[in-house]
Amino acid sequence: MPLNASSLSVGDTHSEVVVENLTRTQIVQYAGASGDYNPIHTDTPFTKEIAGYPSVFAHGMLSMGMTGKMLTNYVGDGRLTAFGVRFTRQVFPGATLTATATVEAIREEDGQHFVDLAVSTTNQEGQEVCKGDASARIDA
Amino acid sequence: MADEVTFPVEAGHIMLFARAIGDENPIYKDAEYAKASEVGGIPAPPTFERVWAHWDPDYSLRPKPGEPWFGSAAEATARPQSADEEDDGGGSGRGLHAEQRYVYHRPVLAGETLTARMRPGKTWTKEGRRAGTMTFSEGIIELFDEAGEIVITATTVGVTTSRAVDQ
Repeated sequence: MPLNASSLSVGDTHSEVVVENLTRTQIVQYAGASGDYNPIHTDTPFTKEIAGYPSVFAHGMLSMGMTGKMLTNYVGDGRLTAFGVRFTRQVFPGATLTATATVEAIREEDGQHFVDLAVSTTNQEGQEVCKGDASARIDA
Repeated sequence: MADEVTFPVEAGHIMLFARAIGDENPIYKDAEYAKASEVGGIPAPPTFERVWAHWDPDYSLRPKPGEPWFGSAAEATARPQSADEEDDGGGSGRGLHAEQRYVYHRPVLAGETLTARMRPGKTWTKEGRRAGTMTFSEGIIELFDEAGEIVITATTVGVTTSRAVDQ
C-alpha cells in the first residue's frame, strides 16, 4: 500500500530484518542473478590467498538489493524516485542485517507528494554496512 | 563495459533476481497479481539495473571460455596479474564497490528492452585508516527505453585499495 502524506511525520521509521545468518549460497545466487562473478564473493581460495580477506563476502549490491526490498515494502512497488547508498563495511557470511528508513521530509511539487528517507542498514554487531537516502512518490 | 549494451528485461530474470535478494513479494513472480497492481506489470526491483552485465560481451567479472580467469582452479588464481597489466582491482581482489546511486525516471517493467550507455565520471584518491591508499572512480550509466526516453540514471563509484581492508 502506498504511503499517505497526511499520515506521515518526520522521524517516522520503518525497519526490517532483511537477512538472517547470510549464507554463502545466497551470495552465489546473487552472483548468478546479477552477473557479477567476482571471485571475492564466492571463491574462498582466491579470497584468502590472493585478495587477503578472511572469507568471501557479499556483493555491496546484495546489501543494497536487500535494503531496497525494505524500501519497496514500505513505499510500495514502482514508487521510488531515487535511492543511493555508500557501502561502509563489508558483509560476511553469517551476517544478520536490519534495514531502516527514517522519514526526513514530506514535500509537494506540482501537486505530487514525495517523502525523503534516510536509509541505514546495520549488521548484527550494530555496525552500519550501508548508509544513504531514498525518495518516493506518495499519495496525499 | 562496452560503450552501449542493449538487453531485454525478462520476467524469469526478475524472479531469479528477487529470490537472490530474498524478496518474496508476489509482484516479482505472479503476472496476474502484477497486472492488477498499480504498476500494471512485473516491475524490476530497485537494484536490477546492474544485470546489463550479463549482456555485456566485455564484462570483466564473468569468466569466458578459452580466456584465463582470475578465480581459483588448481591454484588460488588461474590468471596471475602481470605487473604491466592495468589493475582494475579485479585480478588482485582489491576492487570494491564504494557507492551506488539511482534516479528512477519511471518504473521499468518486464517485457521492455533497455539500452545502457556508460560514461566515466571523476576519479580521486584518499588515504584510509583501514585500507591504505584508496583510488575511487565514478561511472555514470544511463538506461534508455525503446523510445529513447531515459528511465534510470545510475552512478557507480568503485574503489581500488592498496591493501585488503582491515576487519
